[in-house]
Amino acid sequence: MISSVLSRFSTKMPSRIAQIRLTSSHPQVYEPCDDSFALVDALLADRKHLLHHRPSLCIEIGSGSGYVITSLALILQDLKTTHYFATDINPHALKVTHETLQAHGVHAELLTTNIAAGLDRRLAGMVDVMVVNPPYVPTPEAEVGGDGIAAAWAGGENGRSVIDKILPIADKLLSEKGWLYMLFLAANDPLQICLGMREKGFASKIVVQRSTEEESLHVIKFWREFDGNEGGSLGKMGSPKGWEFLVSQFSRFSFRK
Amino acid sequence: MLSSNIKGVINGFPLRIEVEKVVEKQVDFNPDFLKNMFSKIDWKALADASKIMGYAELPEEVPDASVLDSDEFLQKFHHALLELHLEEGALVCPETGRRFPVNKGIPNMLLHEDEV
Ligand SMILES: C[S@@+](CC[C@H](N)C(=O)[O-])C[C@H]1O[C@@H](n2cnc3c(N)ncnc32)[C@H](O)[C@@H]1O
Repeated sequence: MISSVLSRFSTKMPSRIAQIRLTSSHPQVYEPCDDSFALVDALLADRKHLLHHRPSLCIEIGSGSGYVITSLALILQDLKTTHYFATDINPHALKVTHETLQAHGVHAELLTTNIAAGLDRRLAGMVDVMVVNPPYVPTPEAEVGGDGIAAAWAGGENGRSVIDKILPIADKLLSEKGWLYMLFLAANDPLQICLGMREKGFASKIVVQRSTEEESLHVIKFWREFDGNEGGSLGKMGSPKGWEFLVSQFSRFSFRK
Repeated sequence: MLSSNIKGVINGFPLRIEVEKVVEKQVDFNPDFLKNMFSKIDWKALADASKIMGYAELPEEVPDASVLDSDEFLQKFHHALLELHLEEGALVCPETGRRFPVNKGIPNMLLHEDEV
């Protein structure tokens, strides 16, 4: 009786993000954690803009359990016109991502690869939304990469090894109207990352800032700046004023120790 | 939708397809998406790949963009581009012969260390 009431309730109110109990797992695959939740919260916070954006192609780099790409597909489910790709360097991760997508009734093209190798030429300039929760923990360089669980977090010096390889690929893949949502740790020096991206013509803003017991996490949204293009968001961050705004955002959250 | 990235291979696309098993998945039809993709896709590669996967309905030569007004054409394009999936088999780089296996629909494009 109760369960039938509950199930009626749940069909009336479809969940808009992936459910943990339907998220598959594997001992060698990163489980959804505070960073995953922060990234999905950023997508939820930007939900209206995302729906209005009507992306044709979305991609997640490093999908792990599939929690994030599944959530994105559910958030955008009403659009019905969006195609999804997900990659990971860990072959187990894509099996788990596949199971998680399937359990939620959504679909993505999956590829075991380093960042987007094999896709980047075909999809250059075509990706409207890219999401990344990269391996961001500062570690010895030797721990970076590989096809096991260590690749989920090992980020090399300042946690930047993989991040710094992903950013130019994002620039290549993103369409003119493309948006990148990426998660960083304070130790990655996100202000410096934003300034570097600004040189490539990207504006940016912090969508979610969150401190857990161990980490200070930031989800930053990047978009190509043209006149009149505001990434569906607040002010313009590439103009001199906007740039001061960016710095003030960061100092407000006291990035630098 | 894949290209090969092995260092030194300039014309790595298209990859040759070795088919063990193809599955068809139903995907929502979206004409706007197809029109957008049409200008960006390597037509011959798509036509050849579809043929190898058992679907020979696409014209071999690059069609004129006016075909995009035809619903019948768009349906075929849609099917070839989005609904044909290589479930088991391999993608092979025509220049180096390097095989990228496809298992359960997931291609593994990871290179060995000496290829990076
Ligand atoms: C911090 S985990 C995030 C997993 C998942 N997206 C989430 O938010 O829960 C980082 C993921 O990136 C993958 N990864 C690490 N280096 C990679 C690379 N060079 N190319 C593709 N994926 C990579 C790892 O295997 C891992 O699944």
